Amino acid sequence: MNQLSKARGNLTVFLGAAPGVGKTYTMLEAAHQRLKEGYDVAVALVETHGMPETEQLLEGLPQIQTRLGYIDDRLTPELDIEAILQRKPELVLIDELAHDNIPGSRHARRFQDVEELLNAGIHVYTTLNIQHVESLNDIVTKITGFTVSKTIPDQILETAANVQLIDIPPEELLKRFKEGKIHAPPDSKDSMRKFFRLGNINALREMSLRFTARRVDKDMSAYMHKHNINGPWPAADRVMVCVSASPFSAQLIRAARRLAAGIQAELIAVHVEAPARRFPIGDSERDRVTKNMRLAEDLGAKTLTIVGENPTQEILAAACAQNVSAIVIGKPQHSRLRELWHGSLVDKLIRNSGGINIYVIQGTAEQDQHDGIRTMPKEAPLPWRHCLNGLAMITLFTLFSLYFEEKIELINIALLYQLPVVLSAFWWGRWPSYFTALCGLAAFDFLFVPPTLTFSVADIRYLWSFAIFLIIAFVIGGRTELLRHEAASARQRETSTRALYQFSREIAGIIDIDLIARHLVKQAAETIGSSVIVLLPDLSGQLSIRADSYTISDKNKPLPQNATELATAAWSFEHGQAAGRSTATMSDAMFLYIPLKTTDSIVGILGVHIQEKNVLPEEKRLIDAWTGLAAIALERVKLAEKAREAALLLESDKLRTALFNSISHELKTPLASIIGSVSTLVEAEAVYSKAARQELLETIQDGAARMERIIANLLDTARLESGMMQLKIDWCDIEDIIGTSLNRLKESTKHYSLTITMPPTIPMLKADCVLLEQVLINLIDNAMKYSPPGSTILISAVPQETAVVISVSDNGVGIPEEDLNKVFDKFYRIQQPKHISGTGLGLSICKGIVETHGGRIWAERRAGGGTRISFAIPAAEKVVIPERIV
Amino acid sequence: MSKGMRVLVIDDEPPIRKLLKVSLSAHGYEIDECATAVDGINRAAIFKPDILIIDLGLPDMDGKEVVKAIREWSQTPIIVLTVRDQEQEKIEALDAGADDYVTKPFSVGELMARMRVSLRRAAASEHEPVITCGDLVVDLVQRRVTVARREVKLTPTEYELIKILAQHRGRVLTHKQLLKAVWGTAYNEDTHYIRVYIGQLRRKIEADPTQPCHIITESGVGYRLMDH
Repeated sequence: MNQLSKARGNLTVFLGAAPGVGKTYTMLEAAHQRLKEGYDVAVALVETHGMPETEQLLEGLPQIQTRLGYIDDRLTPELDIEAILQRKPELVLIDELAHDNIPGSRHARRFQDVEELLNAGIHVYTTLNIQHVESLNDIVTKITGFTVSKTIPDQILETAANVQLIDIPPEELLKRFKEGKIHAPPDSKDSMRKFFRLGNINALREMSLRFTARRVDKDMSAYMHKHNINGPWPAADRVMVCVSASPFSAQLIRAARRLAAGIQAELIAVHVEAPARRFPIGDSERDRVTKNMRLAEDLGAKTLTIVGENPTQEILAAACAQNVSAIVIGKPQHSRLRELWHGSLVDKLIRNSGGINIYVIQGTAEQDQHDGIRTMPKEAPLPWRHCLNGLAMITLFTLFSLYFEEKIELINIALLYQLPVVLSAFWWGRWPSYFTALCGLAAFDFLFVPPTLTFSVADIRYLWSFAIFLIIAFVIGGRTELLRHEAASARQRETSTRALYQFSREIAGIIDIDLIARHLVKQAAETIGSSVIVLLPDLSGQLSIRADSYTISDKNKPLPQNATELATAAWSFEHGQAAGRSTATMSDAMFLYIPLKTTDSIVGILGVHIQEKNVLPEEKRLIDAWTGLAAIALERVKLAEKAREAALLLESDKLRTALFNSISHELKTPLASIIGSVSTLVEAEAVYSKAARQELLETIQDGAARMERIIANLLDTARLESGMMQLKIDWCDIEDIIGTSLNRLKESTKHYSLTITMPPTIPMLKADCVLLEQVLINLIDNAMKYSPPGSTILISAVPQETAVVISVSDNGVGIPEEDLNKVFDKFYRIQQPKHISGTGLGLSICKGIVETHGGRIWAERRAGGGTRISFAIPAAEKVVIPERIV
Repeated sequence: MSKGMRVLVIDDEPPIRKLLKVSLSAHGYEIDECATAVDGINRAAIFKPDILIIDLGLPDMDGKEVVKAIREWSQTPIIVLTVRDQEQEKIEALDAGADDYVTKPFSVGELMARMRVSLRRAAASEHEPVITCGDLVVDLVQRRVTVARREVKLTPTEYELIKILAQHRGRVLTHKQLLKAVWGTAYNEDTHYIRVYIGQLRRKIEADPTQPCHIITESGVGYRLMDH
């Protein structure tokens, strides 16, 4: 405390379970202590509630004047933060952190005042009841039935330098309450009585104890980390559960979860993977481990996977590192005999656990969450053909040995006979190799072991040789086959992983659902080796086949279009379960249908043609992998679509707003003139002279024409926005387009001088002539609108290498340099000439049309004033007119 | 010449029917009107109009189908009413046998000009030897074309093109109709032939080819030789 940091002050909170435990009293005592130690202590606000002991303690402590304010016409003292900051004591005492300030204060809440004081470098002592802590609020409400409105953020307590718990036995507290030693506002006597019940007090007390304990634990853990102390310390509990592939694990995890919840501890699930196992871990085992770990995660556990040779050591090391106080492990299921041989993991754990409690739980196997697909390994036919091959090899080796019998020793012949055994194990598997071994042995005995040409042996020691020969042959055969299997499954896994990877890479940029479905069935059919279809629901939820890929052998068979197949798929879609062949539901179907599930819905169905009655295990694995990936891919499309829709919606919303602002005026003006003129004519035609009538009629005509233009612009904009603008690509002669545009604008072009420059050899374009004409009309119209009558408007077309550039230039008001790009935005209009009407859509329509053609449009300022707007349309290949039709 | 001419209007919109009835009656036409295609086709047989005005956007039947149905038994001139941005509709109606089109909103003057052209074509004999459109004269007998009395040299294809346009002067001819008449049916899609030859023709017969006054482009539909 001596080094008063110029930085932030420290906050000390005196925390209590309920009013009356003596927080204020303790705080004042501590303040006296500090005062004695020579600190500059000041009391800013302390509520004594008229308790004599408290009031007594207040004496002798310097006070800071409070200010007075009104609450419901009652004069109430309030913290005067200004006065404190001015006085700037080292330590200030402020009671009731959760207090609401009276209206008109600097902050609404007292803790905000405290925050400011802390920031000003002043240490603060304050008091708080546990029920005011935000995160405990709803639990408090649940227990006591009282809703606490004045809560403070947990973060204040978390960042407090000290939290001191003032704890007295509940009985003592109740006694104090009964003796009237606890302040209660006169109008809340009843509710106070309800609040001060043993149950409530006990619960609140436990909560505050726990809260403080957790804080202390956190402090300790920080301290341990800082000082490199290895755990475990008997702190707030962490329970670790050891997860394996065993079917009991799920139950074990649940039990551990219950245990952890019971003692309000964190749960950690750990799985120890041996780096080199005598027997390679099977896929199904791997699946089960993953499933168990996922279950643990779902139950809120932190999961750890450790690779290590010695499970006991690894588990204990992890437990120490994680500061675990209890380890939950399953009761071993294997026999006593094996335990003698391998040693018991549980025993070892218990022996080495030190301070950690070990819970050994008896599990019952849980029914594996079955997805309803029956798998059955392929019934391998008896390998007679391979056995015959083995026999042939033996014959070959026998002939060889007979030929060289004189030159090689008997023992070498015996060794030679191992070779066909190894080869047949490698090529054809275990059983043929065993058969080969037996044949080899027989041949060796019959032909080479004296007495030859009988199966009897002269020397009994040969029997030993035979036994050794067989043992070696069997071991080699078994191991070779295992290796072969491993290699094959590794190859298969690699292929399928590559296919999955390739698929996910292929679809990365695609958001067209049908295209993804097509990629999916193609790749999936290749890896699984059967016909694959994808069924997706349409808008009404009706399933239909959206993509299919048939293997060659299935090509000629009837498609799964018949009612059974579709009904099966529909059932699967509806129930979210696999159906069809190899399941319990409609197993007559040719295909197996698996729902493509995403987090919240079923997006479609994957159908796989199954040849056998049941699915092969490796097939099942592939199908599972593809189903998962397909679901993700389809969901991604859906999400992308949703995002696009949202963006469109936003855009159209913006458009709508702009429409209302800009168009309502533009439409109303001509409409007003039309209605005005028409009503004049209808009501009192005779009053007006012929010339006046003519003028009114012309007003109507102009207004109507203007409205038509606006509506046409709006329709074009809407069409461009919605992507409904479809190009009718045809050959276009630019000269013709310019001519037609000018013809259409004939009336208004009279007041301008038009210059058209264009080389005679200009190539034809492939474009939508009508739309290009419209672009040109809009540009010329704009040029006339923004330039004085009588000025020149220049229209030019210039062929370039890959495009034809058409530009319209005027000598008009010009566009500010910074707005050159903005003129093509919707509803942009040049600010200056107020009298010029327009929707601000013309150029944006031009831009839309030009860009739909794959061209671009831009605006420039002309050197002599005015604007040039140009657009480029990609040039088509040269037109060739056959000679004969000239 | 419009005195007593009978006009049948088939349009589902009452305001349009009213407009046509009032304005055409004022010019001496005798008007009958129908709101649906089925009614219209039946009425055409009973009323025996000299010219039909058919809206392409009828509720019960596609306008083109109405044109086709009437063309099965009658050569009465037909003018169709369309809206903007329906170039394809216009083309299809013209190819189905309509004589001309008017785009809504239209002026009655414009409609009556189209009606006059169509009525005259129906009345005139097929083989006029010399066709005159303003200062352009096409002599079908001598295969001679003159502009302001000055003879213009044309290639055979150019001549065929101006001939077919002249024979249908005042009427719009679709690209397809022109291609078929000049090049035959094999060149149905090759509209750039027409554009190239129209460009060449304009250079020869127009005073200012960039702002033609004889051969007018009907955007997205075809060409029309103005009947001055």
